[in-house]
Amino acid sequence: MDLFIAIFQGIIIASTPLVLAAIGELVVEKSGVLNLGVEGMMIIGAVTSFIVTYETGSHFLGLIAAVISAGLVASLFGLLTQYLLSNQVATGLALTLFGLGLASLIGQTYSGISLDAFPVFDVYLLTEIPIIGSLLFNFDYLIYLSIIIVVSVYYFLNKTKLGLVLTAIGDSHDSAHSLGYSVKMVRLFAIIFGGSCAGLGGAYLSLVQTPMWVENMTAGRGWIALAIVVFAVWRPLWILVGAYIFGGITIIQLHVQALGVNIGAQYMSMMPYLVTIVVLVFISVNKNRLAVNAPNCLNKLFTSDL
Amino acid sequence: MSKKILGSIIVILVIAVGFYYQSQLSDDDGVKKVGFIYVGPVTDFGWTYEHDQGRKAVVEAFGDAVETTYVESVSEGPDAERAITQMARDHDLIFTTSFGYMNPTIKVAKKFKKVKFEHATGYQRADNVATYAARFYEGRHLIGLIAGGMTQSNTIGYIASFPIPEVIRGINAAYLAATSVNPTVEFKIVWVYTWFDPGKEADAAKALIDQGADIIMQHTDSAAAMTIAEEQGIYAFGQASDMIQFGPNAQLTAIIDDWAPYYVERTQALIDKTWESKDTWGGMPTGMVKLADISEDVPKVVVNLVNEAQEGILTGELHPFTGPINKQDGTVWLAEGEVASEGDLLGMDFYVEGIDGVIPN
Repeated sequence: MDLFIAIFQGIIIASTPLVLAAIGELVVEKSGVLNLGVEGMMIIGAVTSFIVTYETGSHFLGLIAAVISAGLVASLFGLLTQYLLSNQVATGLALTLFGLGLASLIGQTYSGISLDAFPVFDVYLLTEIPIIGSLLFNFDYLIYLSIIIVVSVYYFLNKTKLGLVLTAIGDSHDSAHSLGYSVKMVRLFAIIFGGSCAGLGGAYLSLVQTPMWVENMTAGRGWIALAIVVFAVWRPLWILVGAYIFGGITIIQLHVQALGVNIGAQYMSMMPYLVTIVVLVFISVNKNRLAVNAPNCLNKLFTSDL
Repeated sequence: MSKKILGSIIVILVIAVGFYYQSQLSDDDGVKKVGFIYVGPVTDFGWTYEHDQGRKAVVEAFGDAVETTYVESVSEGPDAERAITQMARDHDLIFTTSFGYMNPTIKVAKKFKKVKFEHATGYQRADNVATYAARFYEGRHLIGLIAGGMTQSNTIGYIASFPIPEVIRGINAAYLAATSVNPTVEFKIVWVYTWFDPGKEADAAKALIDQGADIIMQHTDSAAAMTIAEEQGIYAFGQASDMIQFGPNAQLTAIIDDWAPYYVERTQALIDKTWESKDTWGGMPTGMVKLADISEDVPKVVVNLVNEAQEGILTGELHPFTGPINKQDGTVWLAEGEVASEGDLLGMDFYVEGIDGVIPN
């Protein structure tokens, strides 16, 4: 039982950066913008949160720094793609490379330092409940925050007017524009929100998962987040499913190996990616679901005047 | 249309001629250029960090007579060939410092006959490609002794990278040493298929701890596992470099790679024009492998045992792979008193008797 709880906790911890980065990117893509710079924004969040936490001793300020810095980098992407009409794919890729380089530069003197562990959100009494206490109430507060963000995005996109406007803009920016909605402003805010979420995901890596800063520590998680958005067919709650499956397979394969079960480790390492590909194939079979949920104007430039 | 094609052919020709002359000219300026290709960032405080310390020693030893450059975080795929090729255009000596650079190095070396190459931990050589490696297993033997003497749960967690002989050798050496102290020790081995992914290394360390390991060994490049050990209040060993700043309480000791003397020696050979392709496999006696300070938590008895073994390795009296040793399937590998041959060590692809699990292939 203890091992089961440990595996469960491991899965949640490994998946949370993916949840955060993916839910941000989902909102961006729902508004019709493809931002391939998730990895770059994550690493910026990771480095700034680490530096600020180290200098101030406050994890909270570190998180704020991640949200702001990654949001700023994202707004740069927004200005370039929305107002200067640069190509989204190329700009997003550039953002990833830029972010990795910039993070290495500003983090130079901070590698080789480790931080205090991130506080566990101790819900008095609740944590004491046997099994369920350890399963549900024994995490850092970022994990609860990530779930709250996902549910809020679900509510926002489906139940609020602004959310429907955002979806409409992603589906047909010309129609939304003729109805008088500001396509560029809404997209810019969506992009900044996406950046801030990615920054939080990065901060989770450098503050919680491995309390240290090293270059390239995101190690491709930004790309996985992009895949999870498609995996979820742009439905917010499915982001949780996708991210937890991905994190789950990663963690379970480590445990299976440690238990000495005789399954080729290289196949297990491939599993998360294989599952993603298989699911993507199944998704594209159901054309209707794809048509209903995928934003029609994804990666299309909107050129009308302000 | 045909004018355009003609135009582009001329442009390509001009560029090609330019490159040709550039490559001809580059050898004549007197200052030797030494390049390094790294698999991780120089700030990883592990494998790559130590190679870069070696590069800095070259700078210190030769001053203006030698110019060094490096490219970091070069992945072991097609990108390696590009990075090495680029460097080969204007360098005299190039160190490629990861096992996965073996084929790209050999390939590029064929095209640039005048450039000397040195490939770390590989086994393919050419007239202008030398290989070098360190006998990390000597260090593994010592940390195995400590782990065997220190573990309470009799479970050692081992984070392994790729199933190549160097890594398998490390596991076997540590296991043999640990069981020589404590026959009930069990090794839990997790293959993560990466040299550098702090998040995944941390996940692996957590998984091993959750399954009862109270000491972590690693054969990956970052200090992530050490920070997890520190956080969870258990012990770990630094890998490739002293990781004490990540685990002031957790680090029992660390295996340190010291490449500086070798890099200085080979650069000197280049300047003296005595450089030739050879295979160097240094260990503790040549100072290529060292041990960091041993933690005060380690009992005196165990420290004495380690010092004794280290003395034996330094004088050559002790070889970590001395029979009787059986392979995992129970067949005899080394008879009583027999010492493993270099060939067996370099090509090691089996676990020794007692280790659970199968080596992925």
